[in-house]
Amino acid sequence: MASYSTNEFRGGLKVLLDGDPCIILENEFVKPGKGQAFNRVKLRNLMSNRVWERTFKSGESLEAADVIDLDMEYLYTDGEFWHFMLTDGSFEQYPADAKAVGDAMKWLKEQDIYTVTLYNGSPLSVTPPNFVELEVVDTDPGMKGDTAQGGSKPATLSTGAVVNVPLFITIGEVLKVDTRSGEYMNRVKSS
Amino acid sequence: MTCQPVWQPAASQAALKSRAQQLAFVRGFFAKKGLLEVETPIIGRCGVTDVHLDGIHAQVAVGSRTGGWLQTSPEYHMKRLLATGCGSIYQVSRVFRDGEQGRRHNPEFSMLEWYRVDYDDVMLMEEVSDLVCGWLECQRPSIIQYRDALVYWAGIDPFSATDRELAQRCEKWLEPEQLASLGRDGCLDLLMSFVVEPNLGRDRPVFITGYPASQASLAKTSQLDGYEVAHRFELYVDGLELCNGYWELTDPAEQRLRFEADNAQRRRSGKPEMELDEAFLAALERGLPECSGVALGLDRLLMLKLGVENIDEVLAFPFERS
Repeated sequence: MASYSTNEFRGGLKVLLDGDPCIILENEFVKPGKGQAFNRVKLRNLMSNRVWERTFKSGESLEAADVIDLDMEYLYTDGEFWHFMLTDGSFEQYPADAKAVGDAMKWLKEQDIYTVTLYNGSPLSVTPPNFVELEVVDTDPGMKGDTAQGGSKPATLSTGAVVNVPLFITIGEVLKVDTRSGEYMNRVKSS
Repeated sequence: MTCQPVWQPAASQAALKSRAQQLAFVRGFFAKKGLLEVETPIIGRCGVTDVHLDGIHAQVAVGSRTGGWLQTSPEYHMKRLLATGCGSIYQVSRVFRDGEQGRRHNPEFSMLEWYRVDYDDVMLMEEVSDLVCGWLECQRPSIIQYRDALVYWAGIDPFSATDRELAQRCEKWLEPEQLASLGRDGCLDLLMSFVVEPNLGRDRPVFITGYPASQASLAKTSQLDGYEVAHRFELYVDGLELCNGYWELTDPAEQRLRFEADNAQRRRSGKPEMELDEAFLAALERGLPECSGVALGLDRLLMLKLGVENIDEVLAFPFERS
């Protein structure tokens, strides 16, 4: 496997540290004019999602991690695995376990496209698109005409996610939701 | 990964204008004092032996000679001029250091280097203050001994601490196996740049002086409080290292020993050994006048003038855009 020397370090690089795949977030080069140079590096451990701070002597190197992000279509779940399929026409399928799917689980809609991160060929994590469009399957009855006033209520979406929505939202409407914050954005015109 | 090249400059028009004004200020400063401006090669026959300076190899093929090095500083050539009796000189030049890139580093940068015949380090520090404070319109620097700075900010005495104590102090940042090959000066460099430097020159600029003799490079050394210290100084402004100066070593035999010691350390750390610059050593044999010299980073000086945090903001085309 290839390795990267400190002077190749940059944000986004995927490396192995203490046996875990990590992504470099920040790399600061520090050097007293006549002295030893160091790289102070922030990395996110892709297994634990924890942020690590490490110092390297310039010239040290880290092994590259076999980590790639691929677009995949969500197919179905059998209860134990969530199955995804490459969108490149190969029809190649990858089963992701609950740990890999993680928080993305509540945004999974069949036939939608997700970013699946593979580590050594197996799904490590699943990232939903920033915005998804989902149908409301349950919420208290709407209050007609009350669009300007504040106030909100919970609504359950087709994937099981619960989001706060304005009072006028009714069952059957399709909503646009920001998956990063879990916030309701707007109604989508039903087709 | 391929990126679309960016054609636009990184520096603003204002920064480019300020750079030109700074250059005019520097030349005016030395013209008033009657220093001779010189130009020396950017591609030299030899590089430097400094363990922590990596030159950039040039592929020149002219006549019987091939190779060459982009200079990390014009020091050796300028000292060869000094040995001819030309008197005090200065130069504004581009210098090159491989692998150095970050908020405060670009592999190619502008250096102002000058030598004052018959000055010692204290006299030259005065002149550095005149130049820097004249341009930045700031308070004159205070002077702190290297030892006092380490004791105060890092809580460790750089001269009396054992190697083990120094390594333990660095365990917060490095793993045991990294520390094993770091060495005493490496530990001191870490503490200096991680713990001490961010505090330096915050209220007013500060000179650090009295470096350990092991970090003397091309400076004279002498005894201070029973320890061998280098007549070397650095100026810090707002936590930024701005210049490095020496009361210059004139002893050719001692200089050769230091070069050889550098190469021995290069061997140990797996770096290529560098050919000794015999032309420079010959000039020292002929006789370098008693003098002090200093190298000052002009890009960083401009960063301070404009109050910017990233060197890219003062460079027309930083390396990524070059």
